[in-house]
Amino acid sequence: MRKLLFRVSALVLAIALVVPLLAEGEKGILDKVKNRGRLICGVNKELPGFGFLGQNGEWKGFDVDYGRAIAAAVLGDPNKVEFRPLKAAERFPALQTGEIDVLIRNTTWTLTRDTDLGADFCPPTFYDGQGFMLRKELGITSLKELAGATIGVTAGSTTELNLADTTRALGIEVESIVFEETETLYQSYDQGRCDAVTSDKSQLLSRRQSLKDPDAHSILDVTISKEPLGPVTVHGDNKWNDVVSWVVYATFSAEEHGITQANVSTFKPESTENPEIKRFLGLDESGGMGEKLGLSKDWARQVIAAVGNYGEIFDRNLTPLGLPRGVNKPWTQGGLLYAMPFR
Amino acid sequence: MEEREFTQEMKPPAHTKSPARWLKDNLFNTWYNVLLSCLVLVVLFFVFKVLLTWAFTEAKWGVIPANLQLFGVGSYPREQIWRVWSVIYIFCVLVGLSAGIWGALTLRFALVLGGIWFIGALSPFELSTRGWFLGAVATTVVSLLLGRGRTNLRPWILGGWLLSFPLIMIVLRGFGENGVLTSNWGGLLLTLILAVVGIVVSFPLGVFLALCRQSDLPAIRWISTAYIEAVRGVPLITILFMGNILVPIFMPGLDINQVLRMMLGITFFSAAYMAENVRGGLQGIPRGQHEAAQAVGLNYVQTMLFIVLPQALRSVIPAIVGQFIALFKDTSLVAIIGLIDLLGVARSVIANPDWFGLQAEVYLFAAIIYFIFSYSMSYGSQEIETALGVGEH
Repeated sequence: MRKLLFRVSALVLAIALVVPLLAEGEKGILDKVKNRGRLICGVNKELPGFGFLGQNGEWKGFDVDYGRAIAAAVLGDPNKVEFRPLKAAERFPALQTGEIDVLIRNTTWTLTRDTDLGADFCPPTFYDGQGFMLRKELGITSLKELAGATIGVTAGSTTELNLADTTRALGIEVESIVFEETETLYQSYDQGRCDAVTSDKSQLLSRRQSLKDPDAHSILDVTISKEPLGPVTVHGDNKWNDVVSWVVYATFSAEEHGITQANVSTFKPESTENPEIKRFLGLDESGGMGEKLGLSKDWARQVIAAVGNYGEIFDRNLTPLGLPRGVNKPWTQGGLLYAMPFR
Repeated sequence: MEEREFTQEMKPPAHTKSPARWLKDNLFNTWYNVLLSCLVLVVLFFVFKVLLTWAFTEAKWGVIPANLQLFGVGSYPREQIWRVWSVIYIFCVLVGLSAGIWGALTLRFALVLGGIWFIGALSPFELSTRGWFLGAVATTVVSLLLGRGRTNLRPWILGGWLLSFPLIMIVLRGFGENGVLTSNWGGLLLTLILAVVGIVVSFPLGVFLALCRQSDLPAIRWISTAYIEAVRGVPLITILFMGNILVPIFMPGLDINQVLRMMLGITFFSAAYMAENVRGGLQGIPRGQHEAAQAVGLNYVQTMLFIVLPQALRSVIPAIVGQFIALFKDTSLVAIIGLIDLLGVARSVIANPDWFGLQAEVYLFAAIIYFIFSYSMSYGSQEIETALGVGEH
């Protein structure tokens, strides 16, 4: 029996040593995805509007659509993507170990995450910010007046830290009640166990609709933090980061040029005059844009045909929640979405 | 002949009381019991009043039928749903045949199962779904009739049950990219797969560990003890997190899918507890049994298989089934890791903007499903105990 145990442990050790060597053969994530024929995308499975399961078991949401867009660009088929639901705590380990190719899970871009966690951030697809929701009957209109109020917040998030920072800066005392689950937070608020809740404004807006009387609650016109949310790739694979970044820019650029899911097929090489659109959709002779990224000539066309431009993605997923476009508008309309030139 | 009838064993007469008599004897026999009973009744009345008022007037139950398929199979692709039905049919055939051959508890189980399919066939689902349900009824009934009285098939059926596990996995997964990736397995389907695999694999593993812990060879005993104590010293959720985060760090490039990782985690965890339950049974077997077995010339394996284990396991059936039920419910922890089992579906449904604010309805439904399965196991265990006469001598 001891001999057997020795042999088994030797075998396990050998496998553990050899397998990483075999895995060394892979080049970059782009090649890995192409060889696999499938993109693996880490998402949230329970965030309204951003990632959840639809009635027929299909994935839905804003972040999910970006996963489909990347699959369309790389593999020419928006359905060749496997969504892997992740908790906040495991999203970065999953990215580092190569379990997922890209992380699109309402992740805020911060300095420490960019440096310490081995993550490379792509352009934000959604600019969020932390705000406050409270009962209208309290008659509070500014942060200062919140002094002495009880404020509900979810545990372990940056939200909790931001609240502490803000109240300290204002020199007011508030009592914060920490909840483990988002569901419980809003239920308790609805039952009157706290005067206000603080969270990302997108969440506040969407959750307000689920309260018993949505009109009895208002959202303060202040934003105490910046929460730029966007796709994340593993640190060090610049080629792959380029691909994901330019897929994001493609959705911005299409909205700037008025290219939609419906009309993208009407752009023909003969009839299209605008040279930037020609380059963008791969209608010119050279077809260099896709080639430089390691993608097909018509990658951007595939993206728009699959999920539409940024405005369409937003309207499909977030407008039904009552979210206004806010700063998430093209720069030409005074928003923050700015596609780098396709040249 | 006459004499034998006379000495025949007879069970004591059952105590039967009229409901009124029972109430008087148990709830209203003294003045303080009358007081307590009334108090409890009043409390119960108000609790149920609140609950029922909510259930019948406020609750929006529309969320359940609309998402029934989601609860059933999660994100399993609907165009490949025939795979799930094939698995159900395989199960129906085995249950039907077993019921025909063994009768008793299996027969009752088969009838309940057939009844459930029948209700499904009558429910207002899509026509194709009702067709599948009707087919399931037919499969169960036909296999039941086919199996009747064919006792010579017993070993074949047992073999069939064993073979059905890999077969079911293959049917559900298919091959390559055209099949259904395990990441798409979900809902009750995933819960049941995790639970069944956990139960079926952890049981023999647990027995093996218990025997190792009782072994005369110190190295085996120490390793087994160390394993059992180490696993029992940590919560299941940490093992699942370890499986999810550490496995890819230690074995990069080795793509073990998440479902398999969770299966392994649950199985190894449950095996440790199972081992302790079985050890309890083993220690209850008197030394004389071992010695008697040795005296008639049985070796270690024979002694264990034919003398010790049957007695030991019989005495710990309640503990083992309790462990099975705990395991079944513990599978819901994979929802926290990110798999979309029954509870995971519940959480995802709540996040669907169409069904905002319906946590109570959705969670209550999930709870009822868990209860049905747990209680069935508990009921089955009681029946087996009665059949084997556990606790009577």
